Amino acid sequence: MNLTLKIWRQKNANDKGKMVSYNVTDISEHMSFLEMLDVLNEELVAKGEEPVAFDHDCREGICGMCSLHINGEAHGPDRGITTCQLHMRMFKDGDTIHIEPFRAKAFPVIKDLIVDRSAFDRIQQAGGYISVNTSGNTQDANAIPIPKADADLSMDAATCIGCGACVASCKNASAMLFVSAKVSQYALLPQGQVEAKDRVLNMVNQMDKEGFGNCTNTGACEVECPKNISISNIARMNREYLSASMKDD
Amino acid sequence: MAKGMTSVTRKILMALSGFFLLVFLLQHCAINFLSVISPDTFNEVSHFMGTNPLIQFLLQPVLAFGLVFHLAMGIVLELQNRDARPVKYAVNKPGENASWVSRNMIITGIMIFLFLLLHSADFWFPELKVKYIDGDMTGMTAEGHFRYYEELQHQFHNPIRVGLYALSFVFLSLHLMHGFQSAFQSVGFQHNKYTPIIKKLGTIYAIVIPAAFVFIALYHFINA
Ligand code: HEM
Ligand code: SF4
Ligand code: FES
Repeated sequence: MNLTLKIWRQKNANDKGKMVSYNVTDISEHMSFLEMLDVLNEELVAKGEEPVAFDHDCREGICGMCSLHINGEAHGPDRGITTCQLHMRMFKDGDTIHIEPFRAKAFPVIKDLIVDRSAFDRIQQAGGYISVNTSGNTQDANAIPIPKADADLSMDAATCIGCGACVASCKNASAMLFVSAKVSQYALLPQGQVEAKDRVLNMVNQMDKEGFGNCTNTGACEVECPKNISISNIARMNREYLSASMKDD
Repeated sequence: MAKGMTSVTRKILMALSGFFLLVFLLQHCAINFLSVISPDTFNEVSHFMGTNPLIQFLLQPVLAFGLVFHLAMGIVLELQNRDARPVKYAVNKPGENASWVSRNMIITGIMIFLFLLLHSADFWFPELKVKYIDGDMTGMTAEGHFRYYEELQHQFHNPIRVGLYALSFVFLSLHLMHGFQSAFQSVGFQHNKYTPIIKKLGTIYAIVIPAAFVFIALYHFINA
């Protein structure tokens, strides 16, 4: 199929940037969206032009790098997938496709479609971990009884790949879905209890410091999340936050 | 006000002020409904509400504070949220993943606020003047009967007034379509069994309560 692409081009973080129009031809409907961009880039390189910079790594939906806001939605029109898993069969011959970077003050554009998502790393470093001493006689995690339902919910939360689609989709650029998934995966397990209080307080503080917006429960995040993380995690985080704020040190 | 508070604290306070307003609205609606059932009872209850010191000097200021707080916090949230995305998308389809009501709480909220200004000018400010400036706490007309029911009828004589009130309640309904269930989520209440019930209750509340207010206004317009 033949497509018109309108792509955000921006030389560097300080450049103003603009949408630029490209035509690609003979795109197979079996290609992934990133493969379609590869075709465009090869043509640009052959013409001696600067290729479009975009993030990607695993190309199998597990690393969370690929981002992109496609035709008005994070990761494009399909549901429960990342951009590398988006197939060109979702589009029609002759379509115009708008491709923009994820937009948020906390995700500044580095170049073209690549944004800096290290704000997520700093939130994670603020409390998204448990401390386990590797003393040689560490307790086997499987020896700790955990209700099946809690283990399942914790695993569901842990499938968050930190892609940032939740922030990109949220009208408030709020990171609540990501942070709540990271808080929940520990809050549901006994191993997470030791640092529970500091975790939620510190992660929320860091989230605010990074300049993400306030959640107003629109639910856009869970619709666009490639891992179907539920906003019930946000309710859990708010509970954790309430009880942590009321606890003495 | 919002400085030194985290986004989660702001969210929880927004929900608590929202809950408070929901309860207030329920009692306001119940008392208004008395005017349809029995003008005499309506007069008596109005007089009680208007002259009881506990209600006048404790609950009324609390209500005013709750409302101003909710309004101010709503505006703070909106400004911060706009700031969190300085460069907008060239193409965006917010309708694909979130409802209109959930995305436009500030618009429906400000429409409610404008209504409240009109409503205060109609009833509350004159009430304050008669009682606390003119010093007339009797609640009586010159003819010696309670004035509340007559004042109500008088306001709803005007078709433009009734139209404006009805329109405002549409905005209130839209606000609560999202707000009711949202407040539960904000305070951390999420339950496989109860959350779907809360969502249904929220829809019922958001339709029935505003509709009841509109019905009362129309009733007095038609019967006047
Ligand atoms: C004075 C005019 C008002 C303004 C400007 C306003 C504005 C807002 C805003 C911006 C939100 C935040 C959106 C969100 O978190 O979902 C909100 C939430 C809410 N409002 Fe209002 N509102 C007003 C009046 C009211 C009234 C009269 C009621 C109830 C009778 C009400 C009930 C609620 C509820 C229940 C929420 C949900 C709280 C939450 O999500 O945690 N609001 N309002
Ligand atoms: S919650 Fe979903 S959308 Fe947000 S970062 Fe995690 S995987 Fe991506
Ligand atoms: S490239 Fe790894 S998830 Fe898309």
